[in-house]
Amino acid sequence: MSTDMQALVPLQTPMRIFFDEFLENRIATVAVTVLFVIIILALSAPLITPQNPYDLATLVLTDARRPPGFVGSNGFTHWLGTDAQGRDLLSAIIYGLRISLQVGFTAGVIAFLLGASLGTLAGFIGGRTEALIMRIIDLQLSFPAILLALVLAALLGQGKWQLIAALVTAQYAYFARTAHGAATAERSKDYVEAALSTPLTPTRVALRHVLPNCLPPLIVVVTVQVANSIALEATLSFLGLGLPVSEPSLGMLISNGFQYMLSGRYWISIYPGLALIALIVCLNLVGDQIRDQLNPRLKR
Amino acid sequence: MSSTGFIDLDRITRRFTSIPPFTQRLLKRLGGFAASPTVVYAVEGVSLSLAHGETLGLVGESGCGKSTLGRVAAGILPATAGNATVAGEAVMVDGRKTTTRIQMVFQDPYASLNPRMRIGETIAEGPVSHGMITKAQSASDVNRWLNAVGLDASAAQRFPHQFSGGQRQRVAIARALAMRPDALVCDEPVASLDVSIQAQIINLFLSLRRELNLTMLFISHDLSVVRHVSDRVAIMYLGRIVELGPTERIFTAPRHPYTRALLDSAPRLAADGAPMQDIQPIRGELPSPIHPPPGCAFHQRCAYAQERCRTELPALRATGKSDQAACHFPLGGP
Amino acid sequence: MNPVLLRVRDLKAEFVTRAGVARAVDGVSFDVHAGEIVGLVGESGCGKSVTGYSILGLIDAPGRIAGGSVQLDGQELIGMPHQQLRALRGRRIAMVFQDPMSTLNPVLTVSAQMNMAIQSHRRCEAAQMRQHALSALAKVGIPDPERRLMAYPHELSGGMRQRVAIAIAFLHQPALVICDEPTTALDVSIQAQILVEMKTLVREAGISLIWISHDLATVSVLASRLLVMYAGRLIEEGPTEEVLRRPRHPYTQGLIDSLPSRAKPGQDLVQIPGSAPPLGELPLGCAFRDRCQFASSVCFTAPAQTVDHQRSWRCHHPLNVGGPVRLADAGQ
Repeated sequence: MSTDMQALVPLQTPMRIFFDEFLENRIATVAVTVLFVIIILALSAPLITPQNPYDLATLVLTDARRPPGFVGSNGFTHWLGTDAQGRDLLSAIIYGLRISLQVGFTAGVIAFLLGASLGTLAGFIGGRTEALIMRIIDLQLSFPAILLALVLAALLGQGKWQLIAALVTAQYAYFARTAHGAATAERSKDYVEAALSTPLTPTRVALRHVLPNCLPPLIVVVTVQVANSIALEATLSFLGLGLPVSEPSLGMLISNGFQYMLSGRYWISIYPGLALIALIVCLNLVGDQIRDQLNPRLKR
Repeated sequence: MSSTGFIDLDRITRRFTSIPPFTQRLLKRLGGFAASPTVVYAVEGVSLSLAHGETLGLVGESGCGKSTLGRVAAGILPATAGNATVAGEAVMVDGRKTTTRIQMVFQDPYASLNPRMRIGETIAEGPVSHGMITKAQSASDVNRWLNAVGLDASAAQRFPHQFSGGQRQRVAIARALAMRPDALVCDEPVASLDVSIQAQIINLFLSLRRELNLTMLFISHDLSVVRHVSDRVAIMYLGRIVELGPTERIFTAPRHPYTRALLDSAPRLAADGAPMQDIQPIRGELPSPIHPPPGCAFHQRCAYAQERCRTELPALRATGKSDQAACHFPLGGP
Repeated sequence: MNPVLLRVRDLKAEFVTRAGVARAVDGVSFDVHAGEIVGLVGESGCGKSVTGYSILGLIDAPGRIAGGSVQLDGQELIGMPHQQLRALRGRRIAMVFQDPMSTLNPVLTVSAQMNMAIQSHRRCEAAQMRQHALSALAKVGIPDPERRLMAYPHELSGGMRQRVAIAIAFLHQPALVICDEPTTALDVSIQAQILVEMKTLVREAGISLIWISHDLATVSVLASRLLVMYAGRLIEEGPTEEVLRRPRHPYTQGLIDSLPSRAKPGQDLVQIPGSAPPLGELPLGCAFRDRCQFASSVCFTAPAQTVDHQRSWRCHHPLNVGGPVRLADAGQ
């Protein structure tokens, strides 16, 4: 029997091809590198920071509001200055990034799992179930995320998990809507029909065939929503909600330093602000590149 | 004529009803506005019987219902009315497929394979989940089917996008065969392929049919392909069978004017390669299955139509020992 | 023979991809005479569509025209400035594409699209445009053109849409129309109607047609001459009937032999082993070498074009060579 195998290209997983194309875009590569650096910094925070900003005992109040480069009474240089409580700003920023990443990623991932399963289920099952689920999602989406997050954070009180719960509730609907759209499109494709006609159970087809093919648009939403979670968390802590004062996140640092802006002590707000911007911009750039690569209609 | 064959399609009717949107129904309730649902009469009362090991070619153009009929036979779509059975077992019960004896090969090799699953997983999934083989046996089983369709064992680790159209179609056939079916429904399996690849896949079908003694429902719009692979041919027009009979007889002496007109309008090359310069097109448009014309569906385009054809729907009647035609005035006399 | 309208010489087009450079069209040369219908046939990937697009200058990055000349009535089209090319498109050369749903703008009525096409090349008043459009639609066999004029593309059947696309192409009486698989997506009976209508239309107006297709049988209804392409090269050329009855190139012979109509029912079809090489990895010499039963060591060098009367071929081992074939010989 003739075998026409000459036309086979060497074994390349879709992932491999994806990474290769990603690295071709310089901006995205820079963004992902910066992101990587931030993540490493955040993970190794306790090891590299000269001071633990949570340990109130190490704070020296007389060192408060000192400019960048000041050598503190503890003996080390405050490269980015100190804030109103005498915290080393560099350490506080690194810890703040750590919190932002933790909260942002956790909220993003949980919202993704929840929203994607709900949306895929709705899209695949169809009928009344689909209508019901999607109306709830639509209702949810009509509330501004920030309002929802504010109300929930105020209700649930302070704490990391309460914050994450608020963020998840505010955001899972975006995943659900995207997953629903993708699942509806995939449901009518031939390979789904082929799987169903084997016959395979609808549950198996939904999870094993439809869901993995809904992932591309969902991955794009994940990157955007993680960035949004981080921004939301910063907003909440800027307003004094979310995390307690003893665990300063970037938002709180910015808010603390606000009053000193006009008196020339810019560093207390600016540096945390820049760190936050850097994180969010890099996440968005990476998300953009992923979206462009996963879009089959864009010919490069 | 025996009415139960290996594959038995008994008075299959399939309609697609689209419910008008909510606002329209509301308006109807309030003010009596017409909000009738749109009904597509895809298949209307079709009965077909395939003997074990037989290949029946199903021919027709857009809107004739051949793909829908194929999907009902393969257990993808439930019938609105009528029964489909394979070896006496019902193909679908309550909208769920209940047999593995009949499998489908789809038209588009680019869409019928899950782009995110490796070929080996795609082929093994069905048999493993039905307990036909154990997981440990799946590798060798996949090998067996890959070889049967002319692909190398190394294909199992690859993804669909790494294959050409013809190779993907082979994979689709392997996937169908892995379920150990007795019957296949092939929906335009070579329509998307180049001529030279088409020949390879047709030969593959022929040899598999011989080896595995498969019963096949072969759907195609390409007359020359159907003529080559089928024992019998059924011509469909607007949801009904208009002619049925042995392949050679249909192609050399058709009884229904539509069959005749279709043969006259399809370009082909003669045995010595000479081109057919004179084709006779059928006048008029293909009717829509949403608004079927009264009487015989073909009467508006038929060169022999008479008054009776405009009002009375012709039934599928025997016109010979194993021939049937749905025409009031079949060619060559009743 | 009528005067030469289109002269293509050594046309080369390539696509620059991550995997390398793919030569889609590799030195193709042919003529189209005034009023002639030429069939450009080959399987997918052979470069026939790219050839058609190159003539019109419709190749976009990552593709580019890498060389050669395309002359319409003596005017060189390759390298012509965009403005000038645009003035030619629709006026002197037009194109009909395969999928009418993507050629026609789904949000504009037929009338709006035809008016745009008319106005792009001449000034007309509304009433005149309407007349022009109506007569164009009638000429392609659209019944009840007034009603169709106000319709949107999705309200028309596939065959109707393709007729509208053809009507738009023929609006300004171009000298040359290039059709890229225009009936492939249509039903058999509709295809037959369009084939017959095209034949009459072209004959009446004296327009030249290049009909690109993979379907030998369909092309041969219309075309008086056939050009067969494989892997970006023109491997055979000649009057339709001669090429089909007595092909010179083994690929053409294989293509004809593998048609189901050539074999006895139930018998295995003749198949060309293997598959076409990917355009980025063409073998040395003759691209068909790996699949050809007549291949020998000389096939490692690219065959030059042999010309014999109206036929030409590129093969070191041509078939059926033994004097010119007169039609009177056929059938014996």
